[in-house]
Amino acid sequence: MSSTLTPVRSKRSALTKGQLPKYAPYVVLALALIVGAAILALIGFNAFGWGIVSAILFTAGLVGWSVVVEGSRKAKDKLATCLVVGSFLVALLPLISVIWTVLVNGVPGLIAPGFLTNSMNGVTGAYDNKAVEEGAPVIGGIYHALVGTVQMTLVATVISVPVGLLTAIYLVEYGNDGRLARAITFFVDVMTGIPSIVAGLFAAAFFFAVVGPGTKTGAVAAVALSVLMIPVVVRSSEEMLKIVPNELREAAYALGVRKWRTIIKVVIPTAISGIASGVTLAIARVIGETAPILVTAGFATSINNNVFGGWMASLPTFIYTQILNPTSPANPDPSSQRAWGAALVLIILVMVLNLGARLIARIFAPKTGR
Amino acid sequence: MTATPLSSSQGAGRAGDKIFSGAALAAGCLILAVLFGVALFLVVQAIPALTAPAAEIQGGEGFFAYIWPIVIGTLIAAVIALVIATPVAIGVALFISHFAPRGLAAGLGYVVDLLAAIPSVVYGAWGAAFLAKEISPAYNWLAGNMGWLPIFQGPASATGKTILTAGIVLSVMVLPIITSLSREIFLQTPKLHEEAALALGATRWEMIKMSVLPFARPGIISAVMLGLGRALGETMAVALVLSSGALTASLITSGNQTIAAEIALNFPEASGLKVSTLIAAGLVLFVITLGVNMIARWIITRHKEFSGAN
Repeated sequence: MSSTLTPVRSKRSALTKGQLPKYAPYVVLALALIVGAAILALIGFNAFGWGIVSAILFTAGLVGWSVVVEGSRKAKDKLATCLVVGSFLVALLPLISVIWTVLVNGVPGLIAPGFLTNSMNGVTGAYDNKAVEEGAPVIGGIYHALVGTVQMTLVATVISVPVGLLTAIYLVEYGNDGRLARAITFFVDVMTGIPSIVAGLFAAAFFFAVVGPGTKTGAVAAVALSVLMIPVVVRSSEEMLKIVPNELREAAYALGVRKWRTIIKVVIPTAISGIASGVTLAIARVIGETAPILVTAGFATSINNNVFGGWMASLPTFIYTQILNPTSPANPDPSSQRAWGAALVLIILVMVLNLGARLIARIFAPKTGR
Repeated sequence: MTATPLSSSQGAGRAGDKIFSGAALAAGCLILAVLFGVALFLVVQAIPALTAPAAEIQGGEGFFAYIWPIVIGTLIAAVIALVIATPVAIGVALFISHFAPRGLAAGLGYVVDLLAAIPSVVYGAWGAAFLAKEISPAYNWLAGNMGWLPIFQGPASATGKTILTAGIVLSVMVLPIITSLSREIFLQTPKLHEEAALALGATRWEMIKMSVLPFARPGIISAVMLGLGRALGETMAVALVLSSGALTASLITSGNQTIAAEIALNFPEASGLKVSTLIAAGLVLFVITLGVNMIARWIITRHKEFSGAN
């Protein structure tokens, strides 16, 4: 029998023996989709179930074929690849679902006239009832909440970034893993676990004691937010500063550069892209915090430009109160429309911030081998 | 003649060094002071609830009868979240760092950061308005077919506003945190380790198992720890999603409550001893997170030799 093989064929089989053909994944995928559709047709078809069943069939089919042809090592590799890709697809589901829900529900609110430029000052349940019953436009907007969110987040960032970055520098460059450095690292970890609502209670109590009982202003909320933000900034900056190769520092020292100049001119620029991404994550965490702001800044329906006086609204608390306590309890739809519109604005705001930080990080990123 | 330009610039540099290291030290100490303030405030405000007669606490059976069901509820929600999120998050991080085409990886990383950026209150609104409704048929199925397990005992909640839904929402919220931190660590794996493994004939999975995961283990643990911190303390998502009630073993009926949501829902209207009780509940939450962090910290220091520094 072997004499019937042509030389070309035998050469190819020597090189590609024990490998799946290149078209294997496509064949298995097509079969999995067909069989999946058939199974779903028996128990009632829906697209979501079809995707899940097909994915399982695809994994089982490809890995099974691979075990037979390629052996267990290659099959394990294929299984791992399927699981990793599958987990990514699973992670996309909630993202798409959340963004779709916010877009579908939020766009009508966002395009309502005056949504971005008006506050809720003077908007009562009577207007909402009219909007539902007589088809009048939904009035009231988020300008006051937008102003509050920007101000409080800005103040919190201004407090947190210097403190967090300097602490990270102390830990990595000056601490020498001494007692104080270990204590700070430990307690930063502890601070990471502080629930946001407890941070809010702390800030409120602090200002009640120092300024006077019942002090609820944007500044109190900013302090609460920085309690949440500082550990995130410290942790991410510390990780990034640690990765900076010691060779760079030693090269600078060897040239006679002072330690602080080395840190500012060599260490931080090398790590700046990671630090920027960490700060962005920190802002992203605090900009959507609701509980600490409810406790510390109260809830306002009118515009307040003063961080240091008076109650202040924010986008998250606006969303929360509009959902939980609609302006008109009889007709919650206009409130829910405003809440989703505010949610859309909040997400866009965060996305713009992210993109900006990413651009900065890219501009300042050092060239690496990767 | 000794005051050459060289030595005078040295003097200025020395002052800069002192100022800079002093500022760094002060920032570190400020953090310790803030944390001390938080702990002090919590303890002082919680004392009235801990020393009050049992009958005056909500429920009438003392503080510990009040707190333990919501402690268990908090742990259940956090465990559900981590059980779902950790494997998926590590898979996503590996996909972005080692499986995705190089050109796509940065964009996919941004997608995951976007998931992290979505505020908790939006997740809460999504969970209450969309997920709870969509998932309740699955709960009915679980109650019918898996009801012999205590955790799936029926009757299932008609609204889907259960602790399992809250846990799923929490898992979506902690997923991006674990993913983005793990991804950063995976990308720091020494390229030579990876290439050495591949050169020895390892498949991609064997390379990841032998070089990437051992290098990244402390980083993964710290990432999971951060996720746990958020899951334990997350307030708004649970407050909006969960239809709370007494402690029950079943995950698919309404009931259970977490500490953070209990505080958020009751604090605005609370007064007198109720305030102390809720602050004491906050203290308990604080102690739990402290315990979790200490265990995680201990694990990380055991694996310190793998970290990238020095």
